[in-house]
Amino acid sequence: MDLDPEDIFRDDDEDIENEFYQRDSSKELVVYLVDASPKAFNPASKAEDQEETFFHIAVSCIFQSLKTQIINRSYDEVAICFFNTREKKNLQDLNGVFVFNVAEREYLDRPTVTLIKEFSHIEDTFMSKIGSQYGIISESRDNSVYNALWVAQALLRKGSAKTVDKRILLFTNEDDPFGSIKGATRTDMIRTTIQRAKDAQDLGISIELLPLSRSDDEFNVSLFYADLIGLEGDYLKQFIPSAGEKLEDMKDQLRKRMFKKRKVRRITFSIVNGISIELNTYALIRPTLPGAITWLDSVTNLPLKTERSFICADTGALVQEPTKRFQSYKNENVSFSMEELSEIKRVSTGHLRLLGFKPLSCLKDYDNLRPSTFLFPSDEEIIGSTRIFIAIHRSMLQLKRFAVAFYGSSTHSQVVALVAQDEIANSSGQVEPPGMHMIYLPYSDDIRQIEELHMTVGSMTPRATDDQIKKATALLRRVDLKDFSVCQFANPALQRHYAVLEALALDEDEMPEMKDETVPDEEGMARPGIVNALEEFKVSIYGENYDQEEADHQSSKTSASEASRKRKEITDNAVKECANYNWEDLADNGKLKDLTNVELKYYLAAHNLPVTGKKEALISRILTHMGK
Amino acid sequence: MARNKEGLLLLLDVSPSMHNLLPEIEKLIYGKSDEVGVVLFGTEDTDNELTKEVGGYEHVVVLRHIKVVDGDMIEALQKLPRGTAPGDYLDAIVVGMDMMIKKYGPTNKGKKRLCLLMNPLYCIKEPYEGTKEDQIDTIATQMNSHGMKLDCVIVRGKLTGDADTRILDENDHLLNRFSKRTCGKMVYVESPTSLLGALRTRNISPVTIFRGDLELSPRMRIKVWVYKKTSEEKFPTLKKYSDKAPPTDRFATHEVKVDYEYKRVEDTNKIVPPEQRIKGYRYGPQVVPISSAEWDAVKFKPEKSVKLLGFTNASNIMRHYYMKDVNIFIAEPGNTRAIQAVSAIARAMKEMNKVAIVRCVWRQGQGNVVVGVLTPNLSKQDNIPDSFYFNVLPFAEDVREFQFPSFRSFPSSWQPNEQQQEAADNLVKMLDLAPPGKEEALHTDFTPNPVLERFYRFLELKSKQPGAAVPPLDNTLKKITEPDSELLSQNKSAVDEFCKQFELKENPKIKKSSKRLWREKTSRSNEEKNVGDTGTDAQSGNSSRSESSIKVERIGDLTPVQDFEAMMSRRDSTEWVIKAISNMKGFIFNLLENSYEQDNFEKALECLTSLRKACILEQEPEQFNNFLHELYMFCQKEDLSSFCELLASKQIKLITKAEAIDSNVTEDEAKNFLVKREHVLE
Repeated sequence: MDLDPEDIFRDDDEDIENEFYQRDSSKELVVYLVDASPKAFNPASKAEDQEETFFHIAVSCIFQSLKTQIINRSYDEVAICFFNTREKKNLQDLNGVFVFNVAEREYLDRPTVTLIKEFSHIEDTFMSKIGSQYGIISESRDNSVYNALWVAQALLRKGSAKTVDKRILLFTNEDDPFGSIKGATRTDMIRTTIQRAKDAQDLGISIELLPLSRSDDEFNVSLFYADLIGLEGDYLKQFIPSAGEKLEDMKDQLRKRMFKKRKVRRITFSIVNGISIELNTYALIRPTLPGAITWLDSVTNLPLKTERSFICADTGALVQEPTKRFQSYKNENVSFSMEELSEIKRVSTGHLRLLGFKPLSCLKDYDNLRPSTFLFPSDEEIIGSTRIFIAIHRSMLQLKRFAVAFYGSSTHSQVVALVAQDEIANSSGQVEPPGMHMIYLPYSDDIRQIEELHMTVGSMTPRATDDQIKKATALLRRVDLKDFSVCQFANPALQRHYAVLEALALDEDEMPEMKDETVPDEEGMARPGIVNALEEFKVSIYGENYDQEEADHQSSKTSASEASRKRKEITDNAVKECANYNWEDLADNGKLKDLTNVELKYYLAAHNLPVTGKKEALISRILTHMGK
Repeated sequence: MARNKEGLLLLLDVSPSMHNLLPEIEKLIYGKSDEVGVVLFGTEDTDNELTKEVGGYEHVVVLRHIKVVDGDMIEALQKLPRGTAPGDYLDAIVVGMDMMIKKYGPTNKGKKRLCLLMNPLYCIKEPYEGTKEDQIDTIATQMNSHGMKLDCVIVRGKLTGDADTRILDENDHLLNRFSKRTCGKMVYVESPTSLLGALRTRNISPVTIFRGDLELSPRMRIKVWVYKKTSEEKFPTLKKYSDKAPPTDRFATHEVKVDYEYKRVEDTNKIVPPEQRIKGYRYGPQVVPISSAEWDAVKFKPEKSVKLLGFTNASNIMRHYYMKDVNIFIAEPGNTRAIQAVSAIARAMKEMNKVAIVRCVWRQGQGNVVVGVLTPNLSKQDNIPDSFYFNVLPFAEDVREFQFPSFRSFPSSWQPNEQQQEAADNLVKMLDLAPPGKEEALHTDFTPNPVLERFYRFLELKSKQPGAAVPPLDNTLKKITEPDSELLSQNKSAVDEFCKQFELKENPKIKKSSKRLWREKTSRSNEEKNVGDTGTDAQSGNSSRSESSIKVERIGDLTPVQDFEAMMSRRDSTEWVIKAISNMKGFIFNLLENSYEQDNFEKALECLTSLRKACILEQEPEQFNNFLHELYMFCQKEDLSSFCELLASKQIKLITKAEAIDSNVTEDEAKNFLVKREHVLE
């Protein structure tokens, strides 16, 4: 991570910013295991015209997630691995397992542009290059599920389980992989496969199942996979296979499940009288920014590193990074040690402290500074936390109240609002998780009283008439976005950014065209109903002849605006005045410094040069311009 | 006078009814560039120019004329006299107005502010002619013609004390009349905390971020101005201090310049000049070099505009999707039609419970677009126009759709029963910060930032006593960071019931010393200096001590190093070494994780030193080296980089090949490990 000097001149306490905008710090290693048996190539939907196969769904989900990953979490490493294949490619040379990869990349490595590009064509070449074939048949002792797990586990050998998350995501539509085997061989195979999975889990690898199923042919987890991934009791009930009615829903569910929840941190929430519960915080909404830039040497394209040195302004001596800071105050320098500064910032000892409750109407629209943080209870360390959380959550929802709390950290402390959110779910699964959203409230220092800035003095300000409001109401009714969802737009700047990078990285000649989804729907706006409503509203506000008036007004204005006319006047004047001096002579004799700044500026303005700066700067600018 | 500076005249009521509040005011510290004057009323003496010129205006003292803030000003405020006479605020306003006019004349319009702080317990005098109302109207007209603003901060509620309601009502009526006829506002405060918040001492004069058309469609536009409504006031950036200049040099700036050099990563001897650099953009593991000219040619360049995408039900936009600080859209001032248009839409939105979705590009050349939501802000005052608040909404890329288990799916042992639910309901009802008929506590408009407040006060203190220690947090500010003890004691029964109903216990499977987290000390005095759980630590330490006299099986808190060494030297099984090492690692992590203000650092350092020594002895360099890497990552993540600095300073480095043959770390690598890492991650 190289630094840019511009970036360093930011605040001292950037920690908080980092907490909000940094990418997650822990690294993740993922192996996608995709069942490629002939059964996976069955259409995934009953509908006749649907051509999409299970395989296609799995592959497109992985493709989407790779694309997100390269932007958001490019330090994570992935491997894509098919099983029940005709060809084999893996380190152990096991049958029926094929690890997909591209040049200049290890099997388990960070995703690259080429990988994504190649993977997007996988379906075209899959049959010819890799092939599909049942790996578990009664004649041979081969066990492709076992082999696949073994390969995945071997791939995940690198890195310590303490610092990285290791996951195997298994996509399959076969709920009973050993269905064709009978008798002792079957129990034996099941036993060894489950043992294999247990071994992997003991090594800190989590195995997650992403079952694909059709509404007429439900995926039965308890046949085999419940044992494999270790589902028991209550959790088994929670595990509902994605047997959505719609194909889109299934994709949605898969996509959501592929992301691992990452908690930002564990905090305690002290409620009253020493009762403190345990919460995990999650960053559900954070701005995604284009990745940091790295400075390169333009000659060699090799990365550069920035070295920072501190120089004492008084003596010019090289110094260590100083541990003291100062602020000038009342014409004096008041210095602080770093300890003192952090002591000042530490105003609270607890993590999150409840201060009280208020009705939701007290939470104003302007009470916002930053993206919110999601809170979900945990019983991991303090048993009983979840129960208290649920009780308060329910009361808050029912009484329509939010909690006010103080969130203290060593660097940044803030008053926050905790707003309870009930679970919302639809056919594609959970839309809003249950929990509380922590909203960072401004202090009075952060709020500006703009409204008062333009008060009309001594008289009433104009208000809309009832007729105007009626017309506006009609307009609102017309221009209604029924199913608007907050995150339906892709960020056009970001999309463009990565499309350009991709094109340049792959040496493509054409710059891709991006569609900006955020522009208004002009076609929709041109519908007669809307146009009429708009027109009526416009007339009620501006009167009948507004367009005409506006046009008249425009034409009555001279072509140049006030400012540019003024600027022109100054230049004209300067040219005139400038002619009164013999600049060459003045410069040669060093007499420029005898002129006033106003006089010097005649020259600069007449020659279209910047007129800012101190006298020395002006003189040197003139000399440079004269070529001296 | 700079653009941001304003002329402020503080009109302070120091009559007996205000005496209990004056200590709060004495803490006020104004921004260094403001020009501030102070007028007291309700004083025993009289000292103002108007008395001398025309007579009258008794009990009004000009404490300080309008001047740039300096030490005298703050000192003057710190020793406010306690007045004895009932204060006449109208006299004070007239005196203040006279001072403003004499100081600024017609200049500085709109940046002249009179701030009246008073307890409306006393009537104003009957004027010589006309009614009190007439008098107020005359003064209001005068103020308007000079472009002065009047902010009234009026003390209310329990702070007022016993008051005659008739007088209160009359004063309310008069002040209301005043604020309607002038550019000003009235604020009621009921607690010292909100008084601090209401007297904004660091004012920023706002600038627009956009002026132009709000485009409903290509055929219908409304002229609007957009300002920031909220914007975080950051902790001031302090300059780095250099002590290299000789103490005799009185003109030393003590500043530190920062110089940057760019070097190739491989060949650190070669310095690359800044203009020879090119920006590389990351895309996965690849870095794509693109010159800025190239980039400008291809990057996303939307046109400056603010366009309506449509209206939608307010319930579609949940509150937690608001992304950033908030802007405000107001109609172009003075443009009647625009004001009406904004008003019509805002009122229609309010009526139908709708919001507008807009796409904004504030400036030409801005590299991105913002999609946000406009919510109506209907004005309650006749002379303030209606407006919209604007909040940024996330894009698809900004939302992470994590799945969480439904609360219903949790086992019944996690669900509250009926009594518990009732106790929770009661708690939520009773701990009410906005009880009807009273001031809303911790209203964002009146809650000052305790950290900034503390900093500026400490700055003032330090300018006088350079050696002063940071004082504890002021009691008024504590009302913001801690629950109000009064509120808790008022609702003691609800609180006690809640505590009785719910039980918390530590998960026995996890041995982590997280006790500190939930068994928080309830007594306030302990909180001030949270020394950690010395009590429990000592206990567990004792128990482990008794074990160690037999055979040490785990590392206790009291004598970790000795326990560790004892374990390492146990030779009854080879696994003790491994167990001791891993135990020690866990112990160090724990220490750091629970470290409070670095109090555990010394202990952790001791343990680490001992671990290092043992790993060399046992020829297990990898164990230590890997651990140091892990520890380093951990410190970065947990914001404990100061510990790494400590390590570097104490020369705790990787175990080198010279020390243990199995190590593949060279002397240089070891030496540079912490140093280099710090550079990279800075």
